[in-house]
Amino acid sequence: MSDTALPSTPAAGPRGARLLPYVLSLPALLVCIGILVPFFTAAYYSLQRYKLSMPQRRGFIWFDQYLNFATDSDFWHTVYVSLVYTVATVVLELLLGLGIALLLRERSRLNNAASVALLLPLMTAPAIAALMWKLMTNPGFGVLSWVIAQFGVTDFKWASSPATAMFTVVLVDMWVYTPFIMILLLAGLRSLPTQPFEAAKLDGVPAYFVFFRITLPMLMPYIVTATLFRLLDSIQQFDIVYAMTQGGPGDSLLLFQVSAYLDFFQYTNVGRSAALMMILWAITYALSNVFIKQWLKLRERTHGAH
Amino acid sequence: MARIEGQNSRLPGILRGVALAAVLVFFLFPILWIFLMSFQTNETILRIPPSLAFTPTLINYTSLISGHLQTSAGSLDLPFMHNLFNSVLLSSVSVIVALILGVPAAYAFARFRFRLGEDIAFTLLSFRFAPPLLVLLPLSLYFKDLGLSNTYTGLIWVYQLICLPLILWIVRGYFEDASPDIEYAYRVDGHSWWRAFTRIAIPLAGPGIAAAGLLAFIFAWNNFVFALILASADKQPVTVGALAFVTASGIQYGQIAAAIVLSIMPTLALALYAQRWLVEGLSLGAVKG
Repeated sequence: MSDTALPSTPAAGPRGARLLPYVLSLPALLVCIGILVPFFTAAYYSLQRYKLSMPQRRGFIWFDQYLNFATDSDFWHTVYVSLVYTVATVVLELLLGLGIALLLRERSRLNNAASVALLLPLMTAPAIAALMWKLMTNPGFGVLSWVIAQFGVTDFKWASSPATAMFTVVLVDMWVYTPFIMILLLAGLRSLPTQPFEAAKLDGVPAYFVFFRITLPMLMPYIVTATLFRLLDSIQQFDIVYAMTQGGPGDSLLLFQVSAYLDFFQYTNVGRSAALMMILWAITYALSNVFIKQWLKLRERTHGAH
Repeated sequence: MARIEGQNSRLPGILRGVALAAVLVFFLFPILWIFLMSFQTNETILRIPPSLAFTPTLINYTSLISGHLQTSAGSLDLPFMHNLFNSVLLSSVSVIVALILGVPAAYAFARFRFRLGEDIAFTLLSFRFAPPLLVLLPLSLYFKDLGLSNTYTGLIWVYQLICLPLILWIVRGYFEDASPDIEYAYRVDGHSWWRAFTRIAIPLAGPGIAAAGLLAFIFAWNNFVFALILASADKQPVTVGALAFVTASGIQYGQIAAAIVLSIMPTLALALYAQRWLVEGLSLGAVKG
């Protein structure tokens, strides 16, 4: 992208030419920078003992908040729950999404219609999707509760039991976001050159060999980009969990952002909430640096060919 | 199915058919079920076993539109239509603002090499990946001081965090794909830079701008957490409103289903219309469908 040298467009004049790009791009940046100020505020709050309910006890404690996390079992519980959620959703969505993409690979009318239909869950607001599944898993009349009862499972409580709450929200996340992985991998599969596959077919190479030695390696840039994209979103999950159970039952679904939200609004502990968000930010910042590199490679491949 | 030939033809057609059917059931059944539910009264919804035999009724929709719900505890006023209006207003104004700010910036990044240019572009991209609550929680305190809490202006401002990166990076790709030679020739004819931008560059990137706008609208509409934290009931969009609606209406499941259908229909319809560009939008312009 940066190495495709464009002839510089002649602008108004020598000075105009130099200023023009700034004039064009600064408004967008300024609008966002206004929103960046709170980022530094959050960093500042994270170094304070700051509870809205006890303003007189507010004061600087430097890194104590972070140090206290080391022995805070609630914090480690949040880390654990976030990791389980992230790994479970990303791995399952990747496997299922790849499977569906392979299933829909041929450009037939049926496959194209199916791939469009599968976009609908992805375009449903995640918070609303959680409400839909809440209705379907209602113990009284929920159609899914009824379906599993036909298989003899009658004590399955879905999101209202700590034992199955994680399973339920992971299922909703899969319903919403598997199509994301599917559609990216399908676009990748359909953009692959056909010669290697034709050659393998002529040589009678077995299908599993073609898959592991040709399809998978060639698809890897798409797989890595889609996976990192989902990792970044999944570790920040809020909408589905909040709409479904508000972090409950008990502490079973206190992911990073849910936990920070409750710290702030329920316990008015601004300091702890800010420190929690700073840690999540550090994780996503590291991940997004890896992601952007992969994303740029893919972008150059798409936009470089002209 | 059996007609499909290809490298997977070893897998029997019937197996592929079954797999595809299972996939479609898993992903489409919830939408279909809620849709059917929204045309039923509570009596048919609560039947065990669930049945598809029912007389469709529009009562859930009429009571939503009138804003008066009949519950077991009496009549209840729920202005869900106002949430719908808020969603339309917030999403469309946010997209218009983002287009006004984002299209010139995208053009600058595509056409000029300038100091800090890439830094600015990547800073804008990074907003897409930062935890929203990191910014929103302190912002809720600032908004109180600034008088922006629970205002459309404040919300539309924050919505730029979703709309701007999307528009900027998709439209930038379209400007990069269009050759600058035509603009150059037009400029040589003695036209101003501004005329070349509006008469040549923007029409050439037109499809990309339209697609980016539609996608930004969908993502703004589906956003939940911004308004949850920064807006009270009278400014909340449907995503937050639907949650409050469930709490308030209790066991009026038919009306809840109807509210869900009204909340998701606009984005589903737009998505079907814009499906050709969805891959590009979802990958922030990195992959084309």
